[in-house]
Amino acid sequence: MEPGEIHALLGENGAGKSTLMNVLYGLLQPDEGEIIVDGRPLRVRGPGDAIAAGIGMVHQHFMLVPVFTVAENVMLGAEQVRGGFLGFLDRRRARRQVIEVSTRYNLRVDPDAVVEDLPVGVQQRVEIVKALTRDVDLLILDEPTAVLTPQETEELLAVMRALRESGKSIVFITHKLKEVKAIADRITVIRRGRVVGTAGPDASEDELAALMVGRTVSLLVDKGPARPGAPVLEIEGLVVDDDRSCRAVDGVDLTVRAGEVLGIAGVQGNGQTELIEALMGLRPILRGSVRLAGERIDGWPTKRVLRAGVGYVPEDRSVDGLVREFSVAENLVLDIYDQPPFGTGLVLRPDAIAASARKRIPEFDVRTPSAEAAVGTLSGGNQQKVIIAREMSRPLKLFVAAQPTRGVDVGSIEFIHRRIVHERDIGTAVLLVSSELDEVIGLADRIAVMYRGRILGIVGPETPREEIGLLMAGITGAVDGAGEAEPARPAGPGTPTPTGPAPADDPGNEEAR
Amino acid sequence: MSTVTADDVAVAVRPGFWTRDRKVGAGAVLFGVVAAALFGALATGADARFTISEDAGGAAVAIDGTLGAILFGLIAAAAGAALLAGVPTRWFTPLLGVAVVGVVLSFLCWQVSAAPAGQNFMPLVNIVRGTFILALPLIFGSLAGVLCERSGVVNVAIEGQLLMGAFCGALVGTIAANAWVGLVAAALGGALISLLLAVFTIRYLVDQVVMGIVLNLFAVGLTGFLYERLMQPDAAAYNQPPRFEAWPIPVLSDIPLLGPALFSGTIFLYLALVLVVVIHVALFRTRWGLRTRSVGEHPTAADTLGVKVLALRYRNVLLAGMVAGVGGASYTLALYTFTKNMIGGKGFIALAALIFGRWSPTGALLAALFFGFADQLGTYLSAINSKIPSEFLAMLPYLATLLAVAGLVGKVRAPAADGKPYIKG
Repeated sequence: MEPGEIHALLGENGAGKSTLMNVLYGLLQPDEGEIIVDGRPLRVRGPGDAIAAGIGMVHQHFMLVPVFTVAENVMLGAEQVRGGFLGFLDRRRARRQVIEVSTRYNLRVDPDAVVEDLPVGVQQRVEIVKALTRDVDLLILDEPTAVLTPQETEELLAVMRALRESGKSIVFITHKLKEVKAIADRITVIRRGRVVGTAGPDASEDELAALMVGRTVSLLVDKGPARPGAPVLEIEGLVVDDDRSCRAVDGVDLTVRAGEVLGIAGVQGNGQTELIEALMGLRPILRGSVRLAGERIDGWPTKRVLRAGVGYVPEDRSVDGLVREFSVAENLVLDIYDQPPFGTGLVLRPDAIAASARKRIPEFDVRTPSAEAAVGTLSGGNQQKVIIAREMSRPLKLFVAAQPTRGVDVGSIEFIHRRIVHERDIGTAVLLVSSELDEVIGLADRIAVMYRGRILGIVGPETPREEIGLLMAGITGAVDGAGEAEPARPAGPGTPTPTGPAPADDPGNEEAR
Repeated sequence: MSTVTADDVAVAVRPGFWTRDRKVGAGAVLFGVVAAALFGALATGADARFTISEDAGGAAVAIDGTLGAILFGLIAAAAGAALLAGVPTRWFTPLLGVAVVGVVLSFLCWQVSAAPAGQNFMPLVNIVRGTFILALPLIFGSLAGVLCERSGVVNVAIEGQLLMGAFCGALVGTIAANAWVGLVAAALGGALISLLLAVFTIRYLVDQVVMGIVLNLFAVGLTGFLYERLMQPDAAAYNQPPRFEAWPIPVLSDIPLLGPALFSGTIFLYLALVLVVVIHVALFRTRWGLRTRSVGEHPTAADTLGVKVLALRYRNVLLAGMVAGVGGASYTLALYTFTKNMIGGKGFIALAALIFGRWSPTGALLAALFFGFADQLGTYLSAINSKIPSEFLAMLPYLATLLAVAGLVGKVRAPAADGKPYIKG
């Protein structure tokens, strides 16, 4: 690393980028090898040593205490204290420091805001401020753009440039090629824990991708035109709250037809999770209706929704998708274990379960030592393929996939994308939620952009990225007429009245008729 | 290009009529009306006197029994009705307080007025003092819980820590014939249980709740065994602990009501109150407190900033053991000699006080006093030959705990990493 340089560390998920940086930051200890700073070998026994050596890190999952204020988070570990031994906190100085750093680098944050109330983009600024108040020379940013809109990403890149101007070095970890090309001075590509190449910013995206994966991959999803049929899923005026009883889905209307992929784009945390959970009967619906092939399914228990022909890939596979301690074979029949041939009455039929695993493991290219291995020991991509195999083995009318390729290697992504397109081609309606805009653009036949619990517009996949980016940031003016559906807006003449007795009286619906 | 930003109007959804506030309000109305009718009917026309002294004499507040029972019952019902009508949420706690106090006063008017002639008075000094004495182990115990759980270790072993403190205080205090030595030994005894808790849960990642229960049983077994082999055969040599005498604080102890109740106690009472303030200030105003809370909320974040997570947890768990140990000594070095299993579940009520007090030292103090009052009330009522069976009265503190913890707390939020072991990397 040179001073005043932005060095991009590029690699697939699981290639070892984050591990390398965690070693540098002292969170993990190296088995062998050494780190050299300013010509001298440095032994980093813990993050304290790293901070002392002028290394700061912004982690992929923010390291902020949600119930603390911004100032408290910034001062934690390096507190300004009065009273000597007693160590009373000097909050005023901490606040001043936050304000000073945030104005110097144009990172607007309110020192008294409680972190959990802040949007992710701002939380990230807090993280950067936190590192900067510790006088770092080297700042490590681990996948900083994963949670940002394209516009917020632009802002972040501007901040990074400003930091470079002031002589700080930055390690920028990512797997997004565009950003690397936009900002990096040097690029190091890592694959399976080894440096496989270095490049300048003038290298082409295809070259970098090939380095990352070790072979040429098609970045585009290969699919024919969609042949949409009758509506399968119809959502009307859906309203859902999140766990904190805040409105998460705010009057969503959506229709998915047989044989098409409807992609929902949007920055994470804009109600996509709650929308899908409500659909699957995992979260109470406050208002509105959901129809599957004409039949109302809102209020149904999840099992009944699944049995009615809905396949579901949940967004967090290790929590909602699989039982990690169970074997691959058992996980493959979690949905139908109680039905013949796998179970009759009180009895499970292990031989039938094993037979189904023998058939499906090769079919879905699940790479596992055996059907009896615990699913938790498989790599992310193979775990995801187990879920896909299970969900696609039922006759489906609707396939719901939430973040189907998050934390999955490129090879598995290709496979999963092909299966999804295949499912579409045999006439299933597909609802895809992804915070990777490229994935949505590549797979979807229509793209609904979700922002703050509402669908701001539905556009075609040929729409320029910038336009979708603006929608993701909540700016609607640029796309008049491009969408097939009006933004779901029941803004009646009067403000919404809490006494409106039934959904039928929704002023928005009346306007539409 | 004109840009239109999405506005912020949410689709209105009528909230269900039966919010938590309304449910509690309906309950309060019910209780208030029942109290007014039932207690009013049962109370006699005799005056219920609440005296500011230890006996029937001195200044007193007196009210006609029947009138008082009905009046306070209706006040409780009115507070409930206000909740039912849907007042702003910030009024919830005060109104609930009014309702609870109203029902309690209505009940007292009945009991005091219906007591045998000549006993129609309630000596408030005794009641307040008794409340504090009975609350003492709860205050120490719940403070121990605060220290542990704020740094992310669930402390179910409060009972064992109290018991070990009581035992060590009695044993060492008797042998050394010095109460101060006993006090130090009590703190170390509590810390011993804490050390086991810390090593097994922090180092060996044993489930914290299971470990806590095991330690409680261990403390009961160990002290019970030593009690029978050592203390019972030769009580004079091993179980005659010296006592801390009451230390009336000059001037302050002359204040009516509060003086005799609060400022004429033993060192344990003062220590408890001082500790509440010290821990509260330390937790929210010092570096130690900030780090402790960060470790209890998000240990990984604290670790990335160079905070030594495990060391801090060890330290706080040990500190908690010492606090609880002193709490145990408040029995054997001020009130009684040691007996088998003498804590009798107070450690678990302290745990309830911790939750009821929302993991804050001052909250825990108030909760402990509430439980102490319920306990003291039971004692008082059996003293005036209440018609309510004494077994029922003995149940009061537990009933109060159940109602308090289950119903009135609402959404309490424990420290996010409470009970979760921290594994580096």
